[in-house]
Amino acid sequence: MSALVLSLAFVGGFVIMSLELLGGRVLAPYFGSSIHVWGSIITVFMASLALGYLAGGRWSLRSPSLAKFAGLFLVGAGLLYPLVYFSEAAMEWIFHTFEDPRYGSLAASMVLFVLPTAMLGMISPYAVRLLVRTTEESGNIAGRLYFVSTAGSALGTLGTSFYFVLWWEINTILTMLTAALVLAGATALVVARTRT
Amino acid sequence: MTALRANRGRDALAPGRNARSKRDPGARASRPRLLASKRRRLATALLGLALLAPLASAEVVHRERSLYQTILVVKQGRTLCLQFSLRRAQRNQSCLDERRPERMVLDYTRMMMAALLFGPAPQRILVVGLGGGTLPMALTAIYPEAQLDAVEIDPAVVQVAKRHFGFAESERLKVHVEDARVFTRRAVAAGRSYDLIMLDAFGADYIPEHLMTREYLADTRALLTGDGALAANTFAISQLYDAESATYFDVFGPFFNLKLPSSGNRVILAAKTQLPSLMTLNARAAALDKSLAPYGIKIRSYPRRLKSEVDWAADTRVLTDQYAPANLLQAQ
Repeated sequence: MSALVLSLAFVGGFVIMSLELLGGRVLAPYFGSSIHVWGSIITVFMASLALGYLAGGRWSLRSPSLAKFAGLFLVGAGLLYPLVYFSEAAMEWIFHTFEDPRYGSLAASMVLFVLPTAMLGMISPYAVRLLVRTTEESGNIAGRLYFVSTAGSALGTLGTSFYFVLWWEINTILTMLTAALVLAGATALVVARTRT
Repeated sequence: MTALRANRGRDALAPGRNARSKRDPGARASRPRLLASKRRRLATALLGLALLAPLASAEVVHRERSLYQTILVVKQGRTLCLQFSLRRAQRNQSCLDERRPERMVLDYTRMMMAALLFGPAPQRILVVGLGGGTLPMALTAIYPEAQLDAVEIDPAVVQVAKRHFGFAESERLKVHVEDARVFTRRAVAAGRSYDLIMLDAFGADYIPEHLMTREYLADTRALLTGDGALAANTFAISQLYDAESATYFDVFGPFFNLKLPSSGNRVILAAKTQLPSLMTLNARAAALDKSLAPYGIKIRSYPRRLKSEVDWAADTRVLTDQYAPANLLQAQ
């Protein structure tokens, strides 16, 4: 159980940072690579994660289960995958609606990334709830969770910026991130079913 | 490869050009920063006094960290050069000869002017990437009737061009401080068009990835008038050569490469419709010869140097917004 939840948190961290890095590439054709474009992306990811943490903690109060935890990944995948299809149209519209490229890039980041990122942000606090049994071990478990999810983030950043963009198209990478989330969610769901 | 990569800028090292040659202002570029660091200067002194002697002749006139790069203005004798610093070495983005300000010091700037061979006098001109403003100033001087838009992402570069390189905006010459991709998209949407477009957007490293893709070039092509011409500054020896070539070919069809033995740059010359014949090019060159002579441009020698052969691997993957690992390819 513990190993499974930790691996899932790793996947969540990986996908979040890979997505953030791709964000810059997704926005560049419309909003350029001025400093405010990265500013918009980082702002939106931070704010979305903040909301996700809050929501994930709240939701863990309501009879937490591994099956519900799996649901976070599956819904996250469902929110991530549409980027492949609608981001062009969304950015086209936003580009012509906002004259100022700062607010254009901020609006585009929000439309594209708030939902999937906030959903993935719910993973960490929920995982803490699933693993913690006693107060004494809570800090230790939270620390271990931050460790794996942040290590996943580090690897997601490195892999995407060093290799993935060299090997694959952006949409291919987004599809693979979606697949990773689906696989993680499905695994957790199967384990949850077999254990009850 | 490392040595070359450390020397990226608009002006590339010519193949086989001695990096310590006294004639190459770029080779000296790393020296001012050496001077700035006492510790390193000491180390250099220990390495040999022979190295130190020429170090003293380059002087940093201005140094500034902007939002996008470290901007250096370096003076060497009577030549003033703009550099974007990267790691220890810098390459020249723009140079000005104070005794003959109209003379184009860097090979690539003269090569870019070969685009004038393509058509009649341009009325509307777009220059992407300002640098010291050499190209916009020359073009508006040669064509006093023309309207020129220059696009530059870094406001600090515009200030430096004005303060140190005699660049000036006017009714006919407007600078737009924004990302070229954003400018181009807005210009296409507004239905604007240009007779001549020069692509010269460089960071300290190389051309930004999102300004090398098929989609960007297609947007740029859409801005060209029917007999419009485009010149793009690239490097002749670069891991990106094939990918760049394949991408330009994909958008423009056959284009001319202009390379000079003295230069490490390759200027791509493309037309909206059809490439002019050698006869037309020669005739245009003869007509332009006099007006370009003050800039040090030997325009008559260019037509025979324009090559449209495919000199890259035919199966090279085209760069797109979806696939733009440009600077990673370069590092391989």
